[in-house]
Amino acid sequence: MTVVERQEWDVVVVGAGGAGLRAAIEARERGARTAVICKSLFGKAHTVMAEGGIAAAMGNANPHDNWQVHFRDTMRGGKFLNQWRMAELHAREAPDRVWELETWGALFDRTKDGRISQRNFGGHEYPRLAHVGDRTGLELIRTLQQKVVALQQEDEKETGEYESRLKVFQECTVTRVLKERDRVSGVFAYERETGRFFVLEAPAVVIATGGIGKSFKVTSNSWEYTGDGHALALLAGAPLLNMEFVQFHPTGMVWPPSVKGILVTESVRGDGGVLRNSEDERFMFDYIPDVFKEKYAQSEEEADRWYDDPDNNRRPPELLPRDEVARAINAEVKAGRGSPHGGVFLDVSTRMPAEVIRRRLPSMYHQFKELADVDITAEPMEVGPTCHYVMGGIAVDSDTAAARGATGLYAAGEVAGGMHGSNRLGGNSLSDLLVFGRRAGLHAAEYATGLAERPLVDDIQVDTAAAEALRPFSAEGPAPGEDGEEQSHPPENPYTLHQELQQTMNDLVGIIRREPEMQQALKKLAELRVRARRAGVEGHRQFNPGWHLALDLRNMLLVSECVARAALERTESRGGHTREDYPTMDRAWRRINLLCRLTDPTGGLAATDPVRGQITLGRETTEPIRPDLLALFEKEELVKYLAEEELYE
Amino acid sequence: MSSYEARFQVWRGDVGGGGLEDFKVEVNDGEVVLDIIHRLQATQAPDLAVRWNCKAGKCGSCSAEINGRPRLMCMTRMSVFGRDETITVTPLRTFPVIRDLVTDVGFNYRKAREIPSFVPPPGLGPGEYRMQQEDVDRSQEFRKCIECFLCQNTCHVVRDHDENKQVFAGPRFLMRVAELDMHPLDAAQETGLDRKRTAQDDHGLGYCNITKCCTEVCPENIKITDNALIPLKERAIDRKYDPLVWLGSKISRRPPGG
Ligand SMILES: Cc1cc2nc3c(=O)[nH]c(=O)nc-3n(C[C@H](O)[C@H](O)[C@H](O)COP(=O)(O)OP(=O)(O)OC[C@H]3O[C@@H](n4cnc5c(N)ncnc54)[C@H](O)[C@@H]3O)c2cc1C
Ligand code: SF4
Ligand code: SF4
Ligand code: FES
Repeated sequence: MTVVERQEWDVVVVGAGGAGLRAAIEARERGARTAVICKSLFGKAHTVMAEGGIAAAMGNANPHDNWQVHFRDTMRGGKFLNQWRMAELHAREAPDRVWELETWGALFDRTKDGRISQRNFGGHEYPRLAHVGDRTGLELIRTLQQKVVALQQEDEKETGEYESRLKVFQECTVTRVLKERDRVSGVFAYERETGRFFVLEAPAVVIATGGIGKSFKVTSNSWEYTGDGHALALLAGAPLLNMEFVQFHPTGMVWPPSVKGILVTESVRGDGGVLRNSEDERFMFDYIPDVFKEKYAQSEEEADRWYDDPDNNRRPPELLPRDEVARAINAEVKAGRGSPHGGVFLDVSTRMPAEVIRRRLPSMYHQFKELADVDITAEPMEVGPTCHYVMGGIAVDSDTAAARGATGLYAAGEVAGGMHGSNRLGGNSLSDLLVFGRRAGLHAAEYATGLAERPLVDDIQVDTAAAEALRPFSAEGPAPGEDGEEQSHPPENPYTLHQELQQTMNDLVGIIRREPEMQQALKKLAELRVRARRAGVEGHRQFNPGWHLALDLRNMLLVSECVARAALERTESRGGHTREDYPTMDRAWRRINLLCRLTDPTGGLAATDPVRGQITLGRETTEPIRPDLLALFEKEELVKYLAEEELYE
Repeated sequence: MSSYEARFQVWRGDVGGGGLEDFKVEVNDGEVVLDIIHRLQATQAPDLAVRWNCKAGKCGSCSAEINGRPRLMCMTRMSVFGRDETITVTPLRTFPVIRDLVTDVGFNYRKAREIPSFVPPPGLGPGEYRMQQEDVDRSQEFRKCIECFLCQNTCHVVRDHDENKQVFAGPRFLMRVAELDMHPLDAAQETGLDRKRTAQDDHGLGYCNITKCCTEVCPENIKITDNALIPLKERAIDRKYDPLVWLGSKISRRPPGG
């Protein structure tokens, strides 16, 4: 038996990005003793990288904006697959969440009359994104970080200790959510610095671990995005929702190879940047889909007038939702009209004076100058699609953020599913983090502090978790329970396995999908799964990245299988899921949610069985959209999305 | 362009000690130092410890000393070095090493907690804040800080003087005081908190002799010394020695009715 340190908390939040920190602040303010765990240093979570802005219908830039318009845009962007109650709550509450940040010290860019400035973004009818240049995520996370510190200072005054009610465990990784029967009892984690294991006992756990992009080769995501939270939920018996929907951002850097995938913010287009192919055409005019025909300019002249006179002109097609733009770029490159390094051109240099570019897009200017020797005030950028965001995620209750299948488990932020439907609009993530982070923190605190009797942590689960985490160190020797055949293989290099996984997902379950390729991906994943059981590491437990990666592989493999299985099942194209063999949107699929569950929760046979795999898919028909929300749309628009019987219900 | 083989020396070890280890490693077009460190991990030293996140100069995780200069590994192009140059990568010197290139930066988090937080203006609700762009510009410059702690690592006040760590917050956190002091709506003054004075009395502003070394290494090009530290110093001195200012501040800070 391993001796593992244990601590008791009311609420444990896994993740210190926007969602996790907002949840932790809320839980602490509601009186719950709250612990936050994160893999990186405090303040470095992925949220820090967000650039363009945070969407909230404050109506500062255009007084016509309100929550109903924001709701409509969000549903259209998600092709009506969104969990509509989430989209409603999000649109209603986002302004309050942004204003609240100001009371904690955030400094957004201002309008002339001193209010928060708002910028245009793809899919948003009005300028709606509150921003700070192109470093909005930094402002968001720093503000939340500083609010956490402010609360800790309060606690220090009262109790003499900064960390008595709110503590951040930085550079620690959770590998298991522990349960007593169907109730959450805590988490098992290791400290990166020492490799030491510890358990936080708590009746409520909020998962806010972000996304899954590191399973793809070309991605804007960092090493943290190994789908840990998705996997933790699955392993704890909670289903994942609509995992086939993965957003490929249309504009990632394509050159040089070492920066391939790094994001070029959508603000470049929102502020006037245009896309051209090698024949110097603004090709987006050829790719406006029927459902959006009335909303987008049909000529360059009209599009150009829109920036100054948005009430009398329609918006440029460069600002279509991301899935449309990414597919268009993909098609142009395929047709041989790409740029020298396999992307297309994104140009601001001919659209704005150099000093305006430097002021409005300072980090883009910096990024291209430093990393690619390109001066974006003088020449166009080369860009192409990059894996960016996962719409699918833990299935949650819209109002409480409670996960299904495990009492006491909550999820918020990118790791939660539903809110964005099949495609997320830019800027809608940062607002999502705050709206649902707060809700998750609130309900987790209420549940935890209201319990008469807490679930107990089971020693056997702790031992099993410890053994699982130590496995990579004994990959060469005979591990208990393994058959003789497996032992005769040499250990696998986790870095190599990771690279093969990324290549597989990129090539076979990427932006355009085909049945045989996805079948092949599932086979390859099964093979990798078997090999990953032999992932071995050198050295010891102290800050050992090879070991960390070996443990992350379990999560990436689980999540990748979810994506591949769900993508194979959904025989239509919608938002972030494009099937070459089923190229159109099918209204019958609109009401269908695909749920992924663990086939064998005991972790036995299925884990290595290539045919069965680890994931079982289920279908669910969604609840009808509330009539007053449906009434926000014109009938002519609804018929494009909704099945006949839904319209007359 | 082509790839070539570079010579690297990377510090490896832990609290117990360590030293430079030699590597020969492939370098391709357009790569940065962090790419090379990753290649070492993937091919030669799987347990080489290093911090990174964004790989785009946005998170401030990958700070190290490259040929003795404090820099972000992800923003240091290999093309700035000669092909026959040996490139040395060592951990930040001012902070205790944990392992290889990873140091214990806890000092910075402790200092962050010692700076009194933003005080919201009483009587202004959420949504009622009005500020002009030109009034937020100054504090916004400081909020570009990605907390890479390169300035903290470079400042001579603590770099070779561990004993000063107790009393000196370092450029990043003195700048935080300046940021709040210049925040158009911060109401600290009304609660009796004089930020300029605390910079001097509690956070060691007096130790700074404006050498500007911090400014030189800042990857965000924040003018730490000129725009934050010097104005803070000037105003701190104003307060302390100008009897009129001193008297004025006493009067305005008297609680109502008291
Ligand atoms: C380059 C880029 C630009 C973007 N720009 C925008 C934008 O302009 N507007 C917008 O709305 N959205 C934007 N997005 C999307 C948005 O930034 C993310 O979706 C969002 O920040 C995710 O926040 P989160 O709180 O869910 O997770 P994160 O901020 O990613 O935080 C996840 C946290 O979980 C922790 N964690 C993960 N696994 C574990 C584990 N096993 N144990 C312990 N801790 C763990 C991590 O350490 C981290 O602290 C952008 C994304 C990228 C990549
Ligand atoms: S200017 Fe001051 S804070 Fe900056 S390095 Fe010099 S002494 Fe340190
Ligand atoms: S001020 Fe500059 S050097 Fe110092 S921590 Fe911030 S970004 Fe880094
Ligand atoms: S990895 Fe983020 S700054 Fe270098």
